[in-house]
Amino acid sequence: MDFSFSEEEEQFRQEVRLWLKREIPARWFELDPGMWEETEESWAISREFQRKLGQKGWLAPAYPKEYGGLELSHTKRLILAEELAYNRAPVSVEVEITVNWVAPTIMLFGTEKQKKDYITRVARGEIIFCLGYSEPDAGSDLAALQTRAVEVGDEYVINGQKIWCSYGHLADYCWLAARTDPDAPKHKGISMFIVDMKTPGITIRPLINILNHHSFNEVFFDDVRIPKENLVGQKNNGWYQLVIALDFERSSIGVAARQQRIIEELVQYAKETKRNGEPISNDPLVRNELAGIAVENEVLRMMCYRIAWMYSKNLHPSYESSMTMVFASEVTRRLANVGMRILGHYGQLDRDSKWAPLQGRIMRMYLSSLSIGVGGGSNEIQRNIIAMRGLGLPRG
Amino acid sequence: MDFRFNEQELAFQREVEDFIKRELPADWTERSIYWPGGYGTLAELEEVDPIIEQFTRKLAEKGWLTISWPKEYGGAGRSHIEQAIFHERMSYYRVRGGEVATLIGGPTILHFGSDEMKKEWLPKIARGEVRFWLAYSEPNAGSDLASIQTRAVEDGDDLIINGQKIWSTAAHAAHYAWMIVRTDPDAPPHKGITLLIVDNKSLGVTIRPLTNICGFHSFNEVFFDNVRVPKKNIVGEKNKGWYYVMVALDFERLVIPMGGFKRTFEEIAQYAREAKLNGRPLSQEPLLRNKLAQIAIEIEVAYMFFWQTAWMLDRGLVPNIEASVLKLVTTELSQKLANLGMQVLGHYGPLERNSKWAPLGGRVCTGYLDCISALVGAGTSEIQRNIIAMRGLGLPRS
Amino acid sequence: MNLGLSEEQEMLKTSARDFLQKEFPKKLVRQLDESETGYSPELWRKMAELGWMGLVFPEKYGGSGGSFLDLIVLLEEMGYNILPGPFFSTVVLGGLTILSAGNEEQRNEFLPRIASGDRILTLALTEPSARYDAAAINTRATTSNGNYVINGTKLFVPDANVADYILCVTRTKEEQNPEDGITVFLVDAKSPGIECTLLKTLARDKQCEIVFDNVGVPQNNILGKPDQGWTIIKDTLQKATVAKCAEMVGSAQAALEMAVQYAKERVQFNRPIGSFQAIQHYCANMVTDVDGARFITYKAAWKVSEGLPAALDVAIAKAWTGEACSRVTLLAHQIFGAIGFTMDHDLHLYYRRAKAGEIMFGDSDTQRAIVARELGL
Repeated sequence: MDFSFSEEEEQFRQEVRLWLKREIPARWFELDPGMWEETEESWAISREFQRKLGQKGWLAPAYPKEYGGLELSHTKRLILAEELAYNRAPVSVEVEITVNWVAPTIMLFGTEKQKKDYITRVARGEIIFCLGYSEPDAGSDLAALQTRAVEVGDEYVINGQKIWCSYGHLADYCWLAARTDPDAPKHKGISMFIVDMKTPGITIRPLINILNHHSFNEVFFDDVRIPKENLVGQKNNGWYQLVIALDFERSSIGVAARQQRIIEELVQYAKETKRNGEPISNDPLVRNELAGIAVENEVLRMMCYRIAWMYSKNLHPSYESSMTMVFASEVTRRLANVGMRILGHYGQLDRDSKWAPLQGRIMRMYLSSLSIGVGGGSNEIQRNIIAMRGLGLPRG
Repeated sequence: MDFRFNEQELAFQREVEDFIKRELPADWTERSIYWPGGYGTLAELEEVDPIIEQFTRKLAEKGWLTISWPKEYGGAGRSHIEQAIFHERMSYYRVRGGEVATLIGGPTILHFGSDEMKKEWLPKIARGEVRFWLAYSEPNAGSDLASIQTRAVEDGDDLIINGQKIWSTAAHAAHYAWMIVRTDPDAPPHKGITLLIVDNKSLGVTIRPLTNICGFHSFNEVFFDNVRVPKKNIVGEKNKGWYYVMVALDFERLVIPMGGFKRTFEEIAQYAREAKLNGRPLSQEPLLRNKLAQIAIEIEVAYMFFWQTAWMLDRGLVPNIEASVLKLVTTELSQKLANLGMQVLGHYGPLERNSKWAPLGGRVCTGYLDCISALVGAGTSEIQRNIIAMRGLGLPRS
Repeated sequence: MNLGLSEEQEMLKTSARDFLQKEFPKKLVRQLDESETGYSPELWRKMAELGWMGLVFPEKYGGSGGSFLDLIVLLEEMGYNILPGPFFSTVVLGGLTILSAGNEEQRNEFLPRIASGDRILTLALTEPSARYDAAAINTRATTSNGNYVINGTKLFVPDANVADYILCVTRTKEEQNPEDGITVFLVDAKSPGIECTLLKTLARDKQCEIVFDNVGVPQNNILGKPDQGWTIIKDTLQKATVAKCAEMVGSAQAALEMAVQYAKERVQFNRPIGSFQAIQHYCANMVTDVDGARFITYKAAWKVSEGLPAALDVAIAKAWTGEACSRVTLLAHQIFGAIGFTMDHDLHLYYRRAKAGEIMFGDSDTQRAIVARELGL
């Protein structure tokens, strides 16, 4: 057993740190958009940064070299992800989805042409996909989706509605799940498509999230025609492809690293802030809470490390990923609450207030953390997966 | 709105308090290891104690064994608030204000029994002369109680019973089984169940003790091998037993050891005041203070559900959510209180009673074990949550 | 980075599991729990023959030169099978302390005898104050004709009832800093003036009260340097704390497996109860707790094994593992329902031990206080 990194890996970490210090524009930290808080300005910065990362090969370091990847080792990828998150690099959620879900699915099921077309562009940081999964009546029960894709000549014609489509208004393509066989059992009539967001017939309607930002959308498809070649994988095999994608490497290490940074900031805040003339870090309850959340985050970090290590040993994690995701979301919510308690009255202030500690980051985390454990397979669904796949409990 | 007791209630509370102080040996509360909410340490099981026997007789004389019964049947006809006051005070001193016969059997007979049955059973129950045990659960019918398989077949004026009951608390210390059996195997599970009374001394009844994890013989397996029971022992109508059992759940709504929680909490808090850490009272430790305060708050919240349930019942309202929440909150309180005790006592917590170093008579150590029975006994917390969701909030059945 | 066990460790794990399951069926575990001594001399010898007692001692002391991590692997299996007996006291509290702090003579005297199963040891640290800090040490050792005399009461001393030697932590000097002036003695348990009383505990682990009444100890029996014993104890506590975590991880794993198995078999409402969401979610929470505890424990153990500063990691491991294992055994009880509440069922053995482990070497709040300090608060 060895929890340390090799000298070469440590050097790589240093290299990443230095690079990030140089390449992240100062303006980004002023804007400091948290999850679901992208603005046009921040989006522009992260698109630019996405390209820089791509040029460096660090956007999709896992990909095969022929598609623009580096075939970097799992440990180095872990380090890279950790540093990107800890240093608050401008990498939006949609970039992660594009790189970690969409492109790998194309890699597995796509045609050679699709791979050449899309994967290389993903690796270079040129394109972003949004997910076209959820529908008003297909949330946790995703397989109930009703958006139809009908074959007409050389094309598919798409009709229907998607919802919670994050950054659909800024993405280049939609990674769409649509029903191609309405008569088959619900899991067996779904196919996956690549849809250019500029295709006529697509209407995007913004949904304003609880941080008062436009991150989600309703997307309406009204006779949207796409070439047949945009079907990815086999027709009616989409559900399987989609489920496989849920298993793609998501070590949650980014969550742990981001939170590590927040915890450090809270520790600093506790040391510098006085109440009744004494630093609040002397308060045993504050100490206990901060230590408690640090313990949890460290447990989370180890779970993430384990997943990366399992991949490096070709041990395919299944329930371990679900477990880590659920746990990560719980730690996030608890951290947000611990932070709010430590900041007390000041925790309510948003970043535009001169009184707001930590740029109002904790308050925004308190709000944005609500979305974690809801999207991407809710915690309840993940726990079922753990119980059934991991522990072999019977299906309910 | 007025959260105070009225004059009459206050007077009754004083009367109960005075009675307990007069009739219960002074050292009982200290000696008893009863853990609130637990089933494994129920006071009467420790040793079928002559003190408790005697105290029960005094209660019967006072008419308080039948505190909830109407006056015409020898009851005290007390309001629900007064019943709540009674159970609160009794449990505060670690004695029970009744058992299966007085709390479940009697009231059910009152509602559904024939005149003959009322005449035969109610007086002796009221006098505290007979004790019942609850013969519900079976090896394959726990949370899914309606799936009981113990059969009763008619034979002339009798029923002949075959089957097995389990988790039969105090069956060995009681006289009669208050029992559900299957009388119609072809009907849907809920509709073929009959409620009846079976004498422990009947031929073919075998009681086998089970030792619980606290080390006490509190429950039993009971086997019925061609046991003959006269048909007159059927409560109400045949095949309607499930309905009676469900209704009877409502009779127990106020039989919650609220005072017991309070008492045990007070003792833990007192220990924290007296024990020293670094020369300072333990109670000065901010973390422990915080935890003590948290449990004090939860007890207070539980009290509010308790009084609210009683208040609603007195007004003829149906406390569906309140009663289930009360049950759920108090079973979890049993466990939280045990953990609080363990934390406050630290290394001394796991010392068993009879050890000279064991604080609070070793009650916390036993309570840590017994609180499990609170979580799983009489409807698990999961079942309680389902009831709250379905009955209380109207969520659909899964 | 490599988070897996080595081939040798896998073999140790498998053979330990097989041996313990074969030789220590739960019936025997119960008998030992209820017995006065808490162990079986015959099986103790067999364990020694397997090389377990000397696992971490260098070969020249009769050991097999294994690492602390190897010991962790073994302890996890002991926890899995809830092995009773003085292994932990003898090897972790006694043996490792002598190995790191003893002089050559003491090592030669004790380690081979521990390895061969001929000597049982324990550490008498806590007193009625039940704390693990130096200020809590009030048992006095005073000089008398070049030798020492010990007076005081030690409480919650594990396995002292069967120990041949007791490592006794005493105060030999009153200093400004309570960590100064502590001396550790190797005390023959049969010395006149020692009175040992077995405490009856929740987990039936053999914790004792020891009264030292003018117990004479030769100067040669000082472990390490006089008045500088606290560094020795700090080191031992660190190892013992993470070792306890490993045991707890093992027993939590066993409780989880029992509960999952039962959830698959037990049928209510015409379905296995494991098909109900409430039960599935309990199980998911349990496995998360167990897995989390395992890796955080491994990490701390690895640091200790490598001789790296480990105060923070050990405190993190114990803070999490103590509470996690208590949660797991409680949820297991919730799943088993009434059957788990019977003495005949094995589950309560785990539930009892979980609490004992949570308290031992400082509960989670105590550990979080250390974490806070290490975070710079």
